[in-house]
Amino acid sequence: MEIKEETLKHVAKIARLSLSEEEVEKFKNQLNQVLEAFKKIDEVDTSNLEPSFHPIEIKNVLREDEEKKWEWDPLANTKLKEEKYFKGPKIV
Amino acid sequence: MEEILEKAKKIQEKFSPFITIAEKVEFGKGKLSGIAISVKDNICTKNMRTTAGSKILENYVPPFDATVVEKCKREGAFIIGKTAMDEFGFGTFSTNCAFSIPKNPYDLKRSCGGSSGGAACLAAVADFPHIAIAESTGGSISCPASFCGVVGLTPTYGRVSRWGLIDYANSLDKIGCIGKTVEDVALLLSVIAGPDDFDSTVLNLPKEDFTRYLIEDVKNVRIGVPKEYFEVDEKIAKIVWDGIKILESNGASYEEISLPSTKYALYSYYIIAMAEASTNLAKFCGMRYGLELELKGNFDEYFSKVRGIGFGEEAKRRIILGTFARMAGFRDAYYLKALKVRTKIIQEFKQAFKKFDVLIAPTMPIVAPKFEEIEKLEPIEQYMMDVLTVAPNLAGIPHISIPCGFLNGLPVGMHIMADHLQEGKVLRVAYTFEKVKK
Repeated sequence: MEIKEETLKHVAKIARLSLSEEEVEKFKNQLNQVLEAFKKIDEVDTSNLEPSFHPIEIKNVLREDEEKKWEWDPLANTKLKEEKYFKGPKIV
Repeated sequence: MEEILEKAKKIQEKFSPFITIAEKVEFGKGKLSGIAISVKDNICTKNMRTTAGSKILENYVPPFDATVVEKCKREGAFIIGKTAMDEFGFGTFSTNCAFSIPKNPYDLKRSCGGSSGGAACLAAVADFPHIAIAESTGGSISCPASFCGVVGLTPTYGRVSRWGLIDYANSLDKIGCIGKTVEDVALLLSVIAGPDDFDSTVLNLPKEDFTRYLIEDVKNVRIGVPKEYFEVDEKIAKIVWDGIKILESNGASYEEISLPSTKYALYSYYIIAMAEASTNLAKFCGMRYGLELELKGNFDEYFSKVRGIGFGEEAKRRIILGTFARMAGFRDAYYLKALKVRTKIIQEFKQAFKKFDVLIAPTMPIVAPKFEEIEKLEPIEQYMMDVLTVAPNLAGIPHISIPCGFLNGLPVGMHIMADHLQEGKVLRVAYTFEKVKK
């Protein structure tokens, strides 16, 4: 599999990442080198193996649904706000 | 007490291990009273700027402490500052940094290793009592510990709460410790380990005092020596072999073994890490916190622009590759395949630990390189440098890098790995080595 310029621009678009033309040019070769190397894992026979999403077994943890006091100001780190709300870009 | 800050500033002028230095010294009472604790800059500190080494978080001031920081403060520690790192942990040399690039204590023209480079640098040069809180995803504690000649402990995945950590890859991230001695890291681990209501992936284990494993005795300890890890510079291999022989002469036994899937760990690791990173970085979009621009255009245009400006080059590469590896049509070939290879690597380790208490290998295939050498490396060549550290990180097993000798005046680290939750074995062997080597 090779990433062509078109694929690279498509992936950048769905990742919401604007890239300059220089970055596209530079990344294209670098990413293909990386993907070429990644092919190596095809050599491993994994037919009888389950995927490990975690390195150890993770058990579901439950607790009582109790109210806890929260004393942070969620708006403290933004200038984009109005009254008690975050402000964001236009949706449509 | 204020002299600590003067010392920190002098260190900063010469080695640049900090991104932020505290303004005043505040010690409390407890196990860490009198010890300055530095915190890797991807771990949140209340009212102290936390950037994760990224321009996109340049002005972020968390309104809360990460659990590990809170635990240290409760034991009387003073948080001396935030240490330099590769952006979000994306790097092996602490050179992918939006802010300061730490310099190696043994040669200012060389790297400290990464991504916890500032933490290891400070641990090496601090002329006051200090232990560093660091973090490893694929080797970010061991690598800088090796390059800077200090002790780096990466605990079992889930031993320490990750709440308040700016995630790189959730199934791989582990908060750990870097210090001058094995005792330092055992002490800090005793404080930061343990369950936390805010992180459901922490293992529910009773509180433990890890300093009780500081026993100078390796009699009957069985060491496995995986041959695949010794395909490195033969001078480095010899230094580590000499270390193993020292342990043998103190009563341990060793046997050479093979871990055949080792050579695939690097690719499995990078696919999983990038896939997880690309989802984690989705939250940085110019709203709520972090870099903000004038609200212009629709959400697609605004988010893309903020992210294009705020992320560094390596972060962009990893977002692209990680998104690609998770895309419909490629997910099975890359992401799922990598997770199955991870299963195989875990199985090989588990098999080895039926027979051996610990595995020992070189930490890194090289000593600290010069900055000018790093600049010439392509991304894939940089990733290759993690070849020895990724497998224990993928498997989530505890490991420690401990100074073992010098090559051309630069430190060489020895890696000691053990089965899940066997931090005690790792600490005991490392402690004994530290004592008998002197």
